[in-house]
Amino acid sequence: MFKIYSPTAILGYGFPVQSFYNALEIKPDLVAVDAGSTDPGPYYLGKGISFVDRGATKRDLNYLINMVHKLDIPLFIGSAGGCGSESSVNWTFEIVKEILEENNFHMKVAIIYTDISKDKIKESIINGNIKNLDGSSDIGLEDVEGITNIVAQVGIDPFIEGYKKGVNIIICGRSYDPAPFSALPIHYGYSKGLSLHLGKILECGAIAAEPGSGRDGLIGVLFDDHFEVFPLNENRRCTVTSVAAHTLYEKSDPYFLHGPDGVIDLTATTFTQKDEKTVIVKGSRFIEGKEKWLKVEGAKLVGIRGVFIAGIRDPIMISQIDEILEIQRELVRENFRDIKDDYRIYFHIYGKNGVMGEWERYNGLSHELGLVVEVISKDTDITKMILGYIRSTLLHYGYKGRIATAGNLAFPFSPSEVIWGEVFEFKLYHLIKLDDYEFPIKVVEV
Amino acid sequence: MKNMIELAKVIRTKNSGPFILTIDIIFKEKEVYEKLKNMNYFSKKFWADLYGIKESDVISVIYFDPVYAVKANIRRKVPSGSPGDTDVYGAQQHAPLLEVKIDV
Repeated sequence: MFKIYSPTAILGYGFPVQSFYNALEIKPDLVAVDAGSTDPGPYYLGKGISFVDRGATKRDLNYLINMVHKLDIPLFIGSAGGCGSESSVNWTFEIVKEILEENNFHMKVAIIYTDISKDKIKESIINGNIKNLDGSSDIGLEDVEGITNIVAQVGIDPFIEGYKKGVNIIICGRSYDPAPFSALPIHYGYSKGLSLHLGKILECGAIAAEPGSGRDGLIGVLFDDHFEVFPLNENRRCTVTSVAAHTLYEKSDPYFLHGPDGVIDLTATTFTQKDEKTVIVKGSRFIEGKEKWLKVEGAKLVGIRGVFIAGIRDPIMISQIDEILEIQRELVRENFRDIKDDYRIYFHIYGKNGVMGEWERYNGLSHELGLVVEVISKDTDITKMILGYIRSTLLHYGYKGRIATAGNLAFPFSPSEVIWGEVFEFKLYHLIKLDDYEFPIKVVEV
Repeated sequence: MKNMIELAKVIRTKNSGPFILTIDIIFKEKEVYEKLKNMNYFSKKFWADLYGIKESDVISVIYFDPVYAVKANIRRKVPSGSPGDTDVYGAQQHAPLLEVKIDV
């Protein structure tokens, strides 16, 4: 029997203190937590920073480090600092170090870097050892230079290597979400299929419970031929539906889950209700990968974004909104002829189709519109200039049938415009062949 | 005719990576699920019509028996967080499904 405690969906999303104490009583064999995701978009990877606040991360880690110290069990952190880049791994280590020093704990910490050099990517492109993944576009040598941070999503091996060095805590860069949960039980001989499937459920904390929550935890218990999963909060339950449904979550194929170690095959998996809050899972298998292909992620800087927000309440203006905004584009083009290709303008019209854009099927218009005007250009000055120009021109534009001649926009804020900052896009989201590649592991005693 | 909202207990969309939007419907009743599955109600054409996209942008449709669910994967308009995106997490693209009426 091997008990794994998953405190929360993402390190720093928090957990109720009572759930934590319930977990402490259960005396898990491992505390594991996923800290990352690509969901918040390319910016965080592009910058190499966390999308979770430092104080919130420290709050969670303080509890977890106290637990692993008290129970003398390991703590594994996957995708440290959100994107898992060197900078975000170091950011996480600094927090861990601070907590250890404040508590006067002595521990050995393994830091695993999963960054990949641009040269390695170029070499993969030249040798044809690169494949597009899940809808990503082809990448050429010329695309690689503009990418800031590149990380590889590692599987269980670096965690096992780190653990063998006799450490208490592992802080790993970008990792397959189930890896920190499943590496240790697999090392101890538990089924790979069951361990990785359990890891896949645990990595989102209590999202696989009913009611689901991203700021609460679960316990997974591995046995030789099955595993059990239950929540720590007495107000939640794991049900066959909540656990099986989680297999669908954020994944393209619920039967075959691809990862760096191989494929979790759920075609023969069964879910059974054990008691009111516990689900038993059996039959999850593992198909070993024949070759080592790892996912690599990288984001490229595309420009500087500026935004203003304005409300529109005039029904005469609302009825012509598309036409009026289209004219603004022309007025910008006409006014700034010499920089015509250097900026992009997006109108997000909330109350019309701000959420779904061209996918919106509903033709009606709200009685008021929330207009978000976005300008992206290579340069802060151009962004500011174009955005400011649209603001003043649209504010006083004399559209057809206008009665309200004092101004067309209700700005909620002064200043009305803000430079939002750098804009990145996912450029690298591919598989590269990485046979015999060793990710550096640094062991630090605090 | 039944409204989708009466037949399903979960209707949701979310990113599956930065380039794909994955759509889940989990039905309340096995009978309804199996009937719709057997008639392949949720064909690629169904999704293409629902979102006004090309059938070739519907990457796959998968039925998942353990929870009476159907999943569709469609290509995002633009990658998550790239210029022109309207929903970075892809979590609010499900509303057209709530309007669907089915003859079961």
